[in-house]
Amino acid sequence: MKYVIIGNSAAAVGCIEGIRSVDPEGSVTVISDEPYAVYSRPLISYLLYGKTDLERMKYRPDDFYEKNGVKTILGVRAVKVNRAAKEVILSDGRRVPFERLLFATGSRPFVPPMDGLDRVEKKFTFMKLDDAKALEAALTKESRVLIVGAGLIGLKCAEGIRNRVRSIAVVDLANRILPSILDETGSVMVQKYIESFGIRFILGDSVEHFDPGLARLKSGGEVPFDVLILAVGVRPNTQLAAEIGCKTGRGIVIDSHSATSLPDVYAAGDCCECRDITTNSSRVLAILPNAYLQGETAGINMAGGEKSFDKAIPMNAIGFFGLHIITAGSYDGEAWTEQTEKTYKKLVSKDGLLKGYILIGDVARAGIYTSLIREQTPLDSIDYELIKKKPQLMAFTAERRREMLGGVQS
Amino acid sequence: MKRVYVNEKWCLGCHLCEYNCAFANSGETDMVKALKDVTIHPRIQVEGDNQVSFAVSCRHCKDPVCVKSCIAGALSVRDGVIHCDQDKCVGCYTCILVCPYGAVVPAPDGYVIQKCELCTNNRFGEPACVKGCPNGAIVFEERGTE
Repeated sequence: MKYVIIGNSAAAVGCIEGIRSVDPEGSVTVISDEPYAVYSRPLISYLLYGKTDLERMKYRPDDFYEKNGVKTILGVRAVKVNRAAKEVILSDGRRVPFERLLFATGSRPFVPPMDGLDRVEKKFTFMKLDDAKALEAALTKESRVLIVGAGLIGLKCAEGIRNRVRSIAVVDLANRILPSILDETGSVMVQKYIESFGIRFILGDSVEHFDPGLARLKSGGEVPFDVLILAVGVRPNTQLAAEIGCKTGRGIVIDSHSATSLPDVYAAGDCCECRDITTNSSRVLAILPNAYLQGETAGINMAGGEKSFDKAIPMNAIGFFGLHIITAGSYDGEAWTEQTEKTYKKLVSKDGLLKGYILIGDVARAGIYTSLIREQTPLDSIDYELIKKKPQLMAFTAERRREMLGGVQS
Repeated sequence: MKRVYVNEKWCLGCHLCEYNCAFANSGETDMVKALKDVTIHPRIQVEGDNQVSFAVSCRHCKDPVCVKSCIAGALSVRDGVIHCDQDKCVGCYTCILVCPYGAVVPAPDGYVIQKCELCTNNRFGEPACVKGCPNGAIVFEERGTE
C-alpha cells in the first residue's frame, strides 16, 4: 500500500502512528512546504517567551521518520492532486503516486482587507515557526507592538513577546477578549489580569487605515506602532481537496472515520470540519488533540483497520502569565456559576447532560468534567451537586468507580 | 502490566499514600527533610468522606488520551508507563483538560505537570504509595488482559 500525507504536523503524526499500528510495511510519504521535521506548532509563543527552544519543541524524536519508515519531502509544496492518476503533483514538478491520501493541510491566517496594510513594513502573522523567527528578528526592546485580534493566537503571542518589547496594544472588533472560549464574565476577568502585565486593549474598535507607523481607528483613535501582528483568525486549507471534488464547507467535511466524501481520500486536523457532539453541528475544531486523534483515526482506517473518533468537542487549555484557563464544549443551556476574586467556574447543562464548562484560576482535575461531556454521561447517574463543587470521582456510583479504578483502562 | 489499584473497602482515608508519594518523588533521602513544613503535591490523591474513601492515581491507560493530546510531545508511553518529559512540557495543562481521572497534576512551581510514573522515575523503583499503605488498600498487580 502507498500512503501519502500532505502536511507534517500533529494530524500527520497521528496518521503515521495509526498506519503503523496496522500496517508495518506499506510505504508512507509525507509532503510539507515547511522545511522542518515535525515540531509543536502551538509552542511558538512559548519559544518567544523563553519556555522552550528549538530542540525541546520537537514533537517527536529525531529518529521518528526513520523508525516508522517514512519518506519525507520537506520544503516542497503539494500544488495539485490528480485524482484519476492517483498522484500528488509538487511545486518542483515531481509526481508522488498514492493509493490512500490524507489531507493534513492545516489552516492559514486570515488577513482581512485593510486600507494601507501594504504600506506597513513590519507586519507578521503568527502560526508557524518561520513566523515566530521572523517576528523575533524584528522585535527590539523599544518596539511598540500592535496586535490585531484578541483571540487565542493574538493573546498567546502577546504573552510570548511581552518581555521583549516596549509596549503592546491589542485591537479587536469584538467588545471582549477570547470570545470563542469565554463568556462575558470570564472575558472581563482575564482581560483585567492580562492588563496588569502592561498590555493595553482597545475593544469594539478596528483599524480604518494604516499610515506609516500609525493605525487610525474607526473610533477616531490612533495607535502608533513599530511592529504589526495580524491575528484576526484562520481559514482551513481546503483548496487541494475541493479541487478534486471533496465535499467542503468551512473545512473539508469528514466523518467519524476521518474519511472525506471521496473513496481512499481522508482528512484530519485544522483543515477539516467534523461533528461537534455538544452542538450536533459540523464545525472546524482547530485544536491539537483533535488533529492527532483524527489523524490517528484516518491512519488506522487507511491501513484497513477499524477506528471511529466520534467524541470531538471544542476544548482548550490555555494560560496567560501564570493564570490558567480550561474550557470545553458549548455554553447553550442551564448555567451554574461560582466566582471568587481569583477564580471563575461555569458549568452548563442541557437535556440532562453536561455540555460545557469554563474554569479560570482553579483548573484542578478538569478532565473529569471533560469526560462527562465526551462520554455524554447522564447527570442523573452521578451526584451532580457534589461534582459541581469540584471535579471528583466520588460523584460517581461505587459500581462505576470500580470500573474506572479497578481494571485496566483502554 | 502491573498497575496501582485501590480497594475502597479497605482505604481508611489516612492520606499516608500522598505523603509517601511526595517523599518518593522529592529526591530527598530523609523523610523529615522532604516533608516537614512543606506543602505536598502528591501524584496520588485521596478522595472521599467519612464513609467512603479511595486514592486516585494515573491509570496508565492502554490508549492514553493525555499522550495523544499533549501539544508538546512531552508525554509518551515507555514500557506501558505514561511518562512526562518535564524538560519538554510547557505547562499548558492540556493533559489536565483531558484526563478522565483527574490524575495529572501541576508540579509545585506550576510551570510543568507531574504524574504518577509508578515510581519508575525515582529511586524507589516500585510504587511507594503501595508499600506504605497501612491497610493494604492499595496494591500493585496485574489485572485483566492487556
